Amino acid sequence: MTSGWTWYVIAIVVINLIGCVWLLRSNTRRNPSDPKPDETSHVWDGDITEYNKALPRWWINLFYITIVFAVGYLVWFGVGTFRGYGHWSSEKEWALDEAAENARLDDTLKLYAGKPIDELAKNPQAVAIGRTIFLNRCAACHGSTGRGATGFPDLTDDIWHWGGTPHRILETIQEGRQAVMPAWATTLTAQGGSTAVDDTIAYVLSLSKPAQPKDEAAERGEKLFATICVACHGPQGKGNQVVGAPDLTDSYWLYGSSRTSLRKTLNEGRQGVMPAWKPVLGDTRTRLVGAYVWTLSPHKDPPPAGAVVAE
Amino acid sequence: MVGVEGSYNDKVIRQFSVMTVVWGVVGMLVGVFIAAQLYWPALNFDVPWLSYGRLRPLHTNAVIFAFGGCALFATSLYTVQRTCHVRLISDKLASFVFWGWQLVIVAAAVSLPLGYTQGKEYAELEWPIDVLITIVWVAYAVLFFGTIVKRKVKHIYVANWFYGAYIITIALLHIVNNLAIPAGWMKSYSVYSGAVDAMVQWWYGHNAVGFFLTTAFLGMMYYFVPKQAGRPIYSYRLSIVHFWALIAIYMWAGPHHLQYTALPDWAQNLGMVFSLVLLAPSWGGAINGILTLSGVWYKLRTDPILKFLVVSLSFYMMSTFEGPMMSIKTVNSLSHYTDWTIGHVHAGALGWVAMISIGSIYAMLPRLLRLPKMYSTKLIDTHFWLHTIGVVVYIAAMWIAGVTQGLMWRATDPDTGTLVYSFVEALNATKPYYVFRLGGGLIVLSGMFVMAWNVFKTFRLAAASTEPQPLLAPDAADARA
Repeated sequence: MTSGWTWYVIAIVVINLIGCVWLLRSNTRRNPSDPKPDETSHVWDGDITEYNKALPRWWINLFYITIVFAVGYLVWFGVGTFRGYGHWSSEKEWALDEAAENARLDDTLKLYAGKPIDELAKNPQAVAIGRTIFLNRCAACHGSTGRGATGFPDLTDDIWHWGGTPHRILETIQEGRQAVMPAWATTLTAQGGSTAVDDTIAYVLSLSKPAQPKDEAAERGEKLFATICVACHGPQGKGNQVVGAPDLTDSYWLYGSSRTSLRKTLNEGRQGVMPAWKPVLGDTRTRLVGAYVWTLSPHKDPPPAGAVVAE
Repeated sequence: MVGVEGSYNDKVIRQFSVMTVVWGVVGMLVGVFIAAQLYWPALNFDVPWLSYGRLRPLHTNAVIFAFGGCALFATSLYTVQRTCHVRLISDKLASFVFWGWQLVIVAAAVSLPLGYTQGKEYAELEWPIDVLITIVWVAYAVLFFGTIVKRKVKHIYVANWFYGAYIITIALLHIVNNLAIPAGWMKSYSVYSGAVDAMVQWWYGHNAVGFFLTTAFLGMMYYFVPKQAGRPIYSYRLSIVHFWALIAIYMWAGPHHLQYTALPDWAQNLGMVFSLVLLAPSWGGAINGILTLSGVWYKLRTDPILKFLVVSLSFYMMSTFEGPMMSIKTVNSLSHYTDWTIGHVHAGALGWVAMISIGSIYAMLPRLLRLPKMYSTKLIDTHFWLHTIGVVVYIAAMWIAGVTQGLMWRATDPDTGTLVYSFVEALNATKPYYVFRLGGGLIVLSGMFVMAWNVFKTFRLAAASTEPQPLLAPDAADARA
């Protein structure tokens, strides 16, 4: 904004307020040539008339007070490039408030600073703080019970796409994750013909039902899987936690197990995003929320054999 | 007396009056339905066009532009003829305005549930409908100002200043805010973007409140209050001061809808201080109306129409006090985005706008139909109590819900530094009040059905006497060639 526009705005504000004052002053006293207060001069529609009584004094004063306040407020807080004598800005106020709050928080939470999340998880007070952070920050995607939703992982089971060790969970929370499942339909079709996508789906679905014999489609799919999908999901489909490739042999399906959903995954790919929370919450609070997340999972199963486990 | 010949065009007034009641019932019915959806979300039946997001703009458009709009067309065209002592300049144009506006409403009622929207609050309608609105509005302006020009009295009565200001300003607001590049028959992109778009939208949004829902209805007040009370307006001088102050100051108040947003601080500052300066001009009209009743307060005992008018002014004073308070940044940081705002809007819309409209229609209809009074005065009284109780229940529920939300959202635990409540906990805490809101809405709606019945029976009484009413000659001292 240029100073020219600032002066333009100031000018119309001043004209407007002076106009109000002039309007008030010129009508506070009755002009001698005007009708007397109890005189009804004109008549409309047979019986509609007007008195010309005095404006209530308290009303006039109320008007003046608000105008004086307006001028004072604008001089203090500013208009346009004129920053005001109070040197106030919402950004500055926010930064000061945030710094003060963060300093207070660091002090309050220093007890928990730098500790691993599984250790914090043993402290009920730390878990309680983590829970309120979770409900306000994480629940929007993972649900208020942490059970997730389509596209957002369930945190109450033992399945961790990016690794379930305290270190990896904290890393996920602090740095975020960007999953990349590419759209494979074109490549698959080029290799395996028009049924390639459905064949691959048949094979992938058969992975979580090892007891059932594979049908023809699944057998065709197995070959495609071995040339393409294997790179991330592994020869046995057990996944790779280093790149966040899900284990396909378990019963958990992040985007649902229907053929429609799997077809969408292969046709369009999937780009799951976990935001990085360290810039927002800082180190200690991400650890506290990690402690709460740690308590949600039973941590029963050892990592499945054959999977690439990150640490 | 100066002799005049001819009659008033009351046909268009009758048409708009009836549609005021019809759209009032429809608009409030939709309101009650979406209030129920907020408590029982299953009521959207998984049907897209019954979903809250599509029906909510239908509700707001129906009550503001269909119910409020028809009431304003009816009373402004009635007032301008009676106080100018002349017939509307063109019957064809009057008829065009009526049918054009009904077409706009029907187009809104079809396109909004189908999901066509510009995504601007109170300006959701897509560009072809906006073009139609513009054409109808220009016709309305020609009709209204043309009649003023032809008037048989020297002085333009104060009610017409307010109606005139509203007609001019709404044209300006509508055109500026809806400037868009069409991208197909029912799709367009606004020419504004970012913070500028937000500012233009709320410049429009708040002035729609200021000029459609306030200035215009003050015009209604200035005709029907002195008429019904049989008393002179309290002060001509006061009407001059508050008219000019009101229309000058209202223009600035829009940014108070954008406190603590990306809008530059200084624009927020202006929005706040001008909202505060607006308090006195807003109250000026209410004072002038209420003091007009000096000496005839006893009439309230027997005249429920006057009760509607006076209580509407009380709600007007209350909400125009509440508005400036809510625009103060500190208060706004608590009230913004909560149900408090919804309560405030309904104190204005149901308390002020609806009550002054309903009272004016009750006052106008018998005069239009050459009857001494409405079919049943008792039913008017019943409607008055239903409406008043319904509004009070509604706004009290929203105040409590809103303040509860605001306090819960900002509550932090000093020991741990974390927010005490999650969003869903605040939602749970306010849920019971949604039942009260629904109840208040139902009571108001039941009052509208009472009105519909009363209006229907009044028309039946008058069926035989629809001959046109002759023009009333102006007072000799005020006559104009």
